[in-house]
Amino acid sequence: MSVEAPEFVILPEPEEGKSSVTEAARRKLSSPWAVLVVVIITVLWTIPTVGLLITSLRPAADAQNTGWWTFFRNPAVTFSNYAEVITGGSNAAIGITPYFFNSFAIAIPAAIFPLVLASMAAYAIAWVPFKGSTLIFFGIFALQVVPLQMALLPLLQMFNLGWSIGDIPIFPDLNKPGSNQSLLAGTYIPLWIAHTMFALPLAIFLLHNFMAQLPRDLMEAARVDGAGHFLIFRKIVLPLSVPAIASFAIFQFLWVWNDLLVAITFAGGTPNVAPVTSYLANLKGTYGAQLHLTTAGAFIAIIVPLIVFFSLQRFFVRGLLAGSVKG
Amino acid sequence: MEEVLNGLPKLGSAATAIGLFLAFLLILFFIGARFRGRLQGPVAILVFLGPALILVTMGLIVPAFRTIYGSTLDANQEEFVGFDNYAWIFDTQQGVLVNTVLWIVIAPIASTALGLTLALLLDRMRRESVAKSLIFMPMAISFVGASIIWGLMYEYRDPAKEQVGLLSQVVMWLGVDDPPNWILWQPFNNYLLMVIMVWIQVGFAMVVLSAAIKNIPTDVVEAAELDGAVGWKLFSRVTIPMIRATLIVVLTTIMIAVLKIFDIVRTMTNGNFGTQVVANEMYAQSFVQFNQGHGNALAVVLFIGVVPLIIYNVVQLRKERAIR
Repeated sequence: MSVEAPEFVILPEPEEGKSSVTEAARRKLSSPWAVLVVVIITVLWTIPTVGLLITSLRPAADAQNTGWWTFFRNPAVTFSNYAEVITGGSNAAIGITPYFFNSFAIAIPAAIFPLVLASMAAYAIAWVPFKGSTLIFFGIFALQVVPLQMALLPLLQMFNLGWSIGDIPIFPDLNKPGSNQSLLAGTYIPLWIAHTMFALPLAIFLLHNFMAQLPRDLMEAARVDGAGHFLIFRKIVLPLSVPAIASFAIFQFLWVWNDLLVAITFAGGTPNVAPVTSYLANLKGTYGAQLHLTTAGAFIAIIVPLIVFFSLQRFFVRGLLAGSVKG
Repeated sequence: MEEVLNGLPKLGSAATAIGLFLAFLLILFFIGARFRGRLQGPVAILVFLGPALILVTMGLIVPAFRTIYGSTLDANQEEFVGFDNYAWIFDTQQGVLVNTVLWIVIAPIASTALGLTLALLLDRMRRESVAKSLIFMPMAISFVGASIIWGLMYEYRDPAKEQVGLLSQVVMWLGVDDPPNWILWQPFNNYLLMVIMVWIQVGFAMVVLSAAIKNIPTDVVEAAELDGAVGWKLFSRVTIPMIRATLIVVLTTIMIAVLKIFDIVRTMTNGNFGTQVVANEMYAQSFVQFNQGHGNALAVVLFIGVVPLIIYNVVQLRKERAIR
């Protein structure tokens, strides 16, 4: 089987060079007013984050009693806010460090699991012909909008008490005998499972849209050569779908990293499993007046998504586009 | 240092889980590939689609029905109470419902309109990528992080003292002597919270719409220009109809995100001062008040809110598929 010509495959990507208006018209239309409006909005959009960064670097008294813009008149920089938030100190009892590790331990598997399962499902819907595939596709599409909130209580119950239909156990009761504690309590497992479940509809939808556009000839040629579905999936569809998979992986990683609702429902607030968002929400609730600490904590929490975002922006944007721009 | 060392086993357990997961799938694939001939198709469907369908069924479909059923039970989910929970919502929680409707209408429209404006302006510019990146950046920030960022913007201090919040300071520079305590300023505090959502979502709308505008075929635009369509006419007769499907997708995507909005309200006000929305009230009822009947009913209300969106989206998608 020879499938080594991916350059023949036209990947659905945004085309940077192509534009709706020709170059001449573009120059004619580019008015200074448009530039001004864009510059103003860009500055407005950036100011809040700059304010956060500056406040987090100011001494406590300065941060709490003067506006961050006065920093330019009175530039005093300290890293003690960060030191206190990272290790814990007199003002914030526990540091952010364990939560920071939890966020990674939650987000990386919770990005990989749904992606692998979704790419498999998307392949089946797009390229394995069977009755009802359209129905399943639309069903999954519709599930996207079932609010997370609808699943929280029943899922929590499933993790804690197990599920059964009559006497047939669907999900085992994992309570330790004699105690009221589920074996899953204090582990990442409920978080991984919940995030995977909630991510699947959108992931399947997006990956299906991408995979369905792969050239039919390629699949048929492989089929004629005697390749089965498992081989085609591994050797053709997966490699060709890497851009879409990478895009959604980044998207999902950021989503899980930034999630608060699933985190506080399934992890509680303990440093054993809870992520940074949960820590931040507590910090704002408890030490809301300590602006120098909340800002430093917030900056630590957003620095990871920002790094991911700026270094992999291309993939991220491509992921969004694959899902929402037709053709 | 010690804390970092304590963190490493956590990453180890994550890596182990990923390894086990992939090993399991490899075994499944190995077995699946043994089937040939007539069984090949059905086995492939089972292996490829099975795990996802099981998870979606257990995680979304069954819970949805259980929640609907649970919404007709009392606080401890023991006795049947009919529609009492819904009556409670519509009798006592009208403010929450009104706030939620305002959120669903205002935040998505504002985000999409602003995003479209930016996309149109940027389409005519050369150095667009810096502006795009900066406007898109909030998309990567969590709602909790955004709430702390904007909490700082809205920070209130006695007008006689030095100001800490930028909004108060700007308003005072503009000549208002006593800016309100923004977060307590009913009913306008709702709109201030929506600003946070718009701040996050505009980048999304801009990037997606901008790509759609770039995808309009050049000859269509040129033909329209030859026919004398310029400016507003070109925009309303050519650009908008050509990107209509994308506009709808953007709008409904943001609407769905807004409907589930929880983090911003929880972190900024915890639903106090007249800013409560259904999603946060649902959390409060279920996990703070421990009234699961109320919590379930509120979740169902959220669901009913999105049903029209689902139907509309599915119809649109069907149309598109039919064209292809």
